[in-house]
Amino acid sequence: MSFLLLFIVIPVLTVIGIFFSKTHMQVKWTAVIGMSFQLIMAGLLIYLFLAARAAGNTAEILFPQDMVWYKNLNIHFFIGVDGVSVAMIGLTSIVIFAGIFASWDVTDLPREFFTSLILLASGVFGFFISLDLFTLFLFYEIAVIPMYLLIGIWGSGPRHYSAMKLTLMLMGGSALIMLGLIGLYFNSAPDGGPLTFNLIQISKVTIPMPAQRFFFPFLFVGFGVLGALYPFHTWSPDGHASAPTAVSMLHAGVLMKLGGYGCYRVAVFLLPGAAHEMAWIFLILTTISVIYGAFGAIWQKDLKYINAYSSVSHCGLVLFAVLMMNQTAMNGAIMQMISHGIMTALFFALIGMIYGRTHTRYINEMGGLMKVMPFLAVAYVIGGLASLGLPGFSGFVAEMTIFVGSFQHNDVFHRVCTIIAASSIVVTAVYILRVVGILLMGKIKNPEFNHITDGKWFDRISVVTLILGITAIGMAPLWLSDMINNGLVPVMQRILLAGPILH
Amino acid sequence: MFEGVPIHWFLVLATAMFFIGIYGFLVRKNLITMLMSIELILNSVCINFVAFNKILFPEHLEGMFFTLFIIAVAAAEASVAIAIIINIYRRIVNIDVEKMNEMKY
Amino acid sequence: MIDFSYTIWILLIPLLVFVVTGLTGHRFKPIVTGIIGTTGLGVVFLLSVYTAYKYFFVLDKVEGAFQRLLAFNFTWLHLTEKLHIDIGVLLDPISVMMLIVISTVSFMVHIYSLGYMRGEKGFARFFSLLSLFSFSMLGLVIATNIFQMYIFWELVGVSSFLLIGFYYEKDSAVAASKKAFIVTRFADLGFLIGILVLSYTTGTFDFITLTGPDSPAFTSGQGIMFLGMSTMTWSMLFIFMGGAGKSAMFPLHIWLPDAMEGPTPVSALIHAATMVVAGVYLVARMFPIFHHEQSALEIVAWVGGFTSLFAAVIACTQYDIKRVLAYSTMSQIGYMMLALGVSGYGGEEGLGYMASMFHLFTHAFFKALLFLGAGAIIHAVHSNYMNEMGGLRKYLPITHATFLIACLAISGIPPFAGFFSKDEILVAAFHHNKALFAIEYLVAGMTAFYMFRLYFNVFWGKEQLYHHTPHEAPITMTLPLIILAIGSTFAGFIPFTKLVTSDSLPFETHTEWGIAIPSILIALAGIGIATMLYMKKSETSKKIAMALGGFYTAAYSKFYIDEVYLFITKKILFNYVSRPVAWFDRHIVDGTMNQFAYVTNLVSDKIKGFQSGQLQQYALAFISGVIALALLFIYLWTN
Repeated sequence: MSFLLLFIVIPVLTVIGIFFSKTHMQVKWTAVIGMSFQLIMAGLLIYLFLAARAAGNTAEILFPQDMVWYKNLNIHFFIGVDGVSVAMIGLTSIVIFAGIFASWDVTDLPREFFTSLILLASGVFGFFISLDLFTLFLFYEIAVIPMYLLIGIWGSGPRHYSAMKLTLMLMGGSALIMLGLIGLYFNSAPDGGPLTFNLIQISKVTIPMPAQRFFFPFLFVGFGVLGALYPFHTWSPDGHASAPTAVSMLHAGVLMKLGGYGCYRVAVFLLPGAAHEMAWIFLILTTISVIYGAFGAIWQKDLKYINAYSSVSHCGLVLFAVLMMNQTAMNGAIMQMISHGIMTALFFALIGMIYGRTHTRYINEMGGLMKVMPFLAVAYVIGGLASLGLPGFSGFVAEMTIFVGSFQHNDVFHRVCTIIAASSIVVTAVYILRVVGILLMGKIKNPEFNHITDGKWFDRISVVTLILGITAIGMAPLWLSDMINNGLVPVMQRILLAGPILH
Repeated sequence: MFEGVPIHWFLVLATAMFFIGIYGFLVRKNLITMLMSIELILNSVCINFVAFNKILFPEHLEGMFFTLFIIAVAAAEASVAIAIIINIYRRIVNIDVEKMNEMKY
Repeated sequence: MIDFSYTIWILLIPLLVFVVTGLTGHRFKPIVTGIIGTTGLGVVFLLSVYTAYKYFFVLDKVEGAFQRLLAFNFTWLHLTEKLHIDIGVLLDPISVMMLIVISTVSFMVHIYSLGYMRGEKGFARFFSLLSLFSFSMLGLVIATNIFQMYIFWELVGVSSFLLIGFYYEKDSAVAASKKAFIVTRFADLGFLIGILVLSYTTGTFDFITLTGPDSPAFTSGQGIMFLGMSTMTWSMLFIFMGGAGKSAMFPLHIWLPDAMEGPTPVSALIHAATMVVAGVYLVARMFPIFHHEQSALEIVAWVGGFTSLFAAVIACTQYDIKRVLAYSTMSQIGYMMLALGVSGYGGEEGLGYMASMFHLFTHAFFKALLFLGAGAIIHAVHSNYMNEMGGLRKYLPITHATFLIACLAISGIPPFAGFFSKDEILVAAFHHNKALFAIEYLVAGMTAFYMFRLYFNVFWGKEQLYHHTPHEAPITMTLPLIILAIGSTFAGFIPFTKLVTSDSLPFETHTEWGIAIPSILIALAGIGIATMLYMKKSETSKKIAMALGGFYTAAYSKFYIDEVYLFITKKILFNYVSRPVAWFDRHIVDGTMNQFAYVTNLVSDKIKGFQSGQLQQYALAFISGVIALALLFIYLWTN
C-alpha cells in the first residue's frame, strides 16, 4: 500500500475521532493531533520524495497506487505524487494546521465545524494526490461542498447569500469541468483500445485537435472559476467576507489553488495544442485580473474585501504564468500558488484575530493597533511585505520567477502583458501600505481599543507557523524550485511536443 | 354466453365509461365523486380485459385474473383514498379538491 | 592569492544582529540591543577597513589594474537554463570603497543614536532596524549580479520605509514612509523591467560578465527598438529609472524631503550618506554599458544636472533645516550623476567616473556630519525651523565647529574634502559639456549660499526664546561628529585616481587651477552674500524674496511637484481608476452574475405557477399530454 493513502485516511480517522469526542476541548485536540500528524506526514513526504530523487529514482510518479474501482468504465483509484503535488500537499498541511489553531475560539457547534473543515481538507489532499481524472473530480467536489455549510452556518454578514453565490458559481465551474473530463475520457484512446481516466496515460497520447479545441475552454474556465479567473471571480470577495476565519484561510489558501493546479495539471498538460492556440484569450483575461484586482483592492474599506481582491490579483498571476507555458513561468506559477496560499492564509488568520478583538473589519474605524497588539501588528506588516513581494519572503521568489519566465517570450504581446502584470507590484504596494498605514499606525481612534489584548498562544502558533512557511521559502527557495522543476519536466515535454514555444 | 354480442358493443361501452370517468375526474370538485370516476375508469379497463380475453384467448384466463386483481387493488385503493378523504375532511371540514392546494411548489 | 571569503561575514553579522535583536529585543533592556547593534557594526567596520587595506594594498594587481574578485558566491535560485540568481560578494574598487563608506557612516550613526535615541520608545526596534538597513545596504554594494542588487535594493527600500515610519503614531511620518516606499517602488518597477530586458538580451545577470571587456551587452540588443533608441539603451534607461528613484532624481525626488520625518540619525544614514547614493552606485556599476549607450548616458547627465540646479533653488528657500539638507543632498547627488554622465571610459577619459565616486565618498562624510549636527541642534532646541533658532554657537561649541567644517566642505573651500571632489567634477564637465558646466558653476555658488544661510541662521544672529537653555549633546553624539569632521577635512587628500577609476587602472591628475579658482571665488561669493544677509538678522532677505515674487513662492512650494503627484495619484488613479474598477466589479461583473441568478429565479417563478396545487389541472395536463402523444404516434405509425 502506498503511504499516500494515509493522507486521506488520517482526516477520515480524525473526523471519526471528533465524532466520538465529548467536550469542546476534546474535539479541538483531536483535530490538532490529526492535523499535526498530517503536517509531519507532509514533511516526511517531502523528505522521502527528495531522498528518492537524490537516489536517482527518475520515475515520473513516485509512491503510486493503482486500484480498479469501477471496471466497466475503467475508473481507477490511482494515486501518486510528483514534485508539484508534493509541494501542494506541503502547502495544504501547513494551512490546515494553522487553520485549526486560528479557529480555536469557535464555540458554536465546534464538533460539526471541525468535521466539515477536516472533510474539506481531506478532499483537498485527495485532489492533489489523485492521478485519475474521475477520483480527481470526486475529491474536488468533496472539497467544494463543505464550504457551503461552513459559510452558511458559521459565517457572518450576508452569509446565506454569499454561501449560495459561492457554491453556485463553483458548481457552475464543476459542471464545465465534468463536461471537459468526459470529453477527455472519450478522446483518451484515439488509436483504439480501452478508454481511460488515467491522467498519466492520457498524457502519453495525442488528443485530436478538434477535441482539444472544443474541450480546452471547458476545462480552463471550469478550473479557472475556482482560481478566480476574471470575470468569474466575484464569488471570492463575498465568499471570503462572509466566511469564518479558518474557512477563509483554507479557501483562499488552498481551495483556490485547486483551480490553478487543475488548469495546470488537466487543462494545459493534457490539452497543450489547444492551450497554445487559445492562451492569448486567457492571457488577456488574466492580465486584466492581475491589475484589476489590485486596483479593486485600493478602494475597499473592509479588510476581508481588500484581501479578497488582492487574492484575485495574485491568483490571476498564477493563471497568467501557467498560460505562459514555459518552464520558468510555470515554476513561478506553482511557487506563487504556494506562496500566495500561505500568505493569504496568514492575512485571513490575522484579520480574524483583529476582528475578534475590535469587532469591526472596516479599516477606517481602526487605527494605531501597533501599540496595543504589537505581535499581531508586526505579523500583519510581515504578511503585507510578503504580499507586495519583498525579497526574503516567498512572494518575491514566485513573482520574479514568473516575470523572468514570461519575459522569455520575445513577441510584443507576451511582453506587454508581462510588463502590465509586473506593474501590479506598485499597485500592490499602494493598497498594502494604505491598510498598514490606516490600520496599524497612527493614533488609536476608538478608546475601547486601548484594552484589547495581543495574540493568545493559539493565535501565535497559527501565525508563527505561517510566517515560518513564507520566510523558509523566501530565504532558501532553491530546493523548492528544483523540486517543482523536476515535476514540470514531463509537462514541458508534452507542451513542446504540441507546438513550439515562441522564444 | 353472450355468443351473439359483437365485440364493438363491449368496446363502445368501455370507451364511454372511460371517458365519462375522465370527464368526471377532471370536472367534479368533490373528492368522493372523483374517486367514483376513477372507479369508472378502472371498470372500463376491466370490461376490455374480459372481452378481449373471451374473444382472443378463450382457453386462457389471464384477462379474468387481471380483472380480479384490478378489483382487489381498486378496493384497497378506495379504502385508502376514503381514509385520506376522511382525514382531510376532519382537518378542513371540506372535501372540495380546489381547497387542497397547500402543498404546491 | 588572498582568501576573501570571510567577507560574507560583513553581511551575516548585521543580519544575525537584526534577527536576534528583532526576536528577543523586547525581553532585554533597550540599551542591550543598542550595544549589541553597535558592537556588530563595529566589527563590520573593522572587517571593511581590513578588507579595504588588503584589497588596495596587499592584493596583487593584474596588469596594473585592481582585480575583480568573486570572494563568495552561491546559487540562490535557478530561473532558466542560462539565468540564475546568485548571492555572493564581489570585490572591486567601488564596492570596497562603498563598504568603507557604509560601515563608517553606519557605525558613527549607531554610536550617535545611543545618545540621540536614549529614552525613546522603541529604542530596541530602532537599533534592530538599523541593523537590517546596514545588512541590506552592504548586500547591495557587494552584489555579484544585478538581481542580487535588486533583491537588496528592495530590502533597502523597506528598511527605509520602516525607519521613516519609526514614529508610527505620527500621521505625517506614516504618510512620508508610505510615499517614500511607493515612489521608490514605482522606480523599482522600471529597474525590474530594465533587468528583464537586459537579462533577456544578454542572457546573464552577472556583473563581471556584463561589465567586462567583451560584455554581451555591447553586441546584443543593438537594434533600434523604439523612439530611435536601441533595446540596450532602453534597458539602461529603465535601470536608470530605478537608480533615479532611490537617488531622488527629478522627477522621482518627491519622497526625499518628506522622508525627513524619520529620526535624524536615519536621515543621516539612509537619506544622506548611503541609500540615496545607491542610484549613483548602480550607474557606476553598469558604467561600461552606459558608456556604450551614449544616448542613455546623456540623459543621466542632464537629469543629474537639472536635479542639482532644481534642488539648489528650492534649498535656498526652505526653513526646515532638515529639508534644506535634504534638498542639498539631492543637489549633490545630481552632481554625482552628472559626473558619471559626462565621463568617458578608461584612463583620464574616465575622470568623471572617478570624480563621481570621489564626491560620493567625501559627500558621505560631510553630509552625514551635517545631518548629525542638525540632529544635535534639534536635540538642543526641539525645533526643526531655522527661524526659531539663532545664536546657538555659544551653547553648542562642538556642534558649531564641526558644522562649520561640514559647511565649508560642501561649499568646496580648500582644503576641505568637498573642494577636491567637486573640482574634479567641474573639470570633467568642462571637457565634455559646457552647458552643464555652467549650470554646475551656478549650483556651486548656490550651495555655498544656502549652506551658510542655514549656518548663520542657526548659530549667529539674535538668540530666540528657548524653552530651556540649549545644552551641548552627550559624548556619544559629539564623538561621531568629531570623527566625521576629521573625515570631512582630510578625505580630500585620498588619492582616488590611484584607487577608484573606471577601468581600475590608476592614472595621474592635477588640479586645474583655471577651473578651481573661479569655483572657489563663486563659493566665496555665495558665502559672502549669505553673510551679508543672515549674519545679522535683517530685512534684506525678505525684500529680495519679495522682489523675486512668483518665482520665490514657486520655489518655496517646491515648484508644486508634490501637488502634481497628488493630483495624479489621488484624483486620477484613485478616483478615476480604482473607484470605477471597484464600482465596475460590484455592479457590472458581479451584477451580471447576480442577474443570472435573478433571471433564473424569475423563470422558476413563472414555471412554478404550473404547480398550482390544483389536482385537476395536473390531471388535465397529463391527459392532454397522453392524447397528444397518442395522436403523434398514430400519425407516425400510419405514415
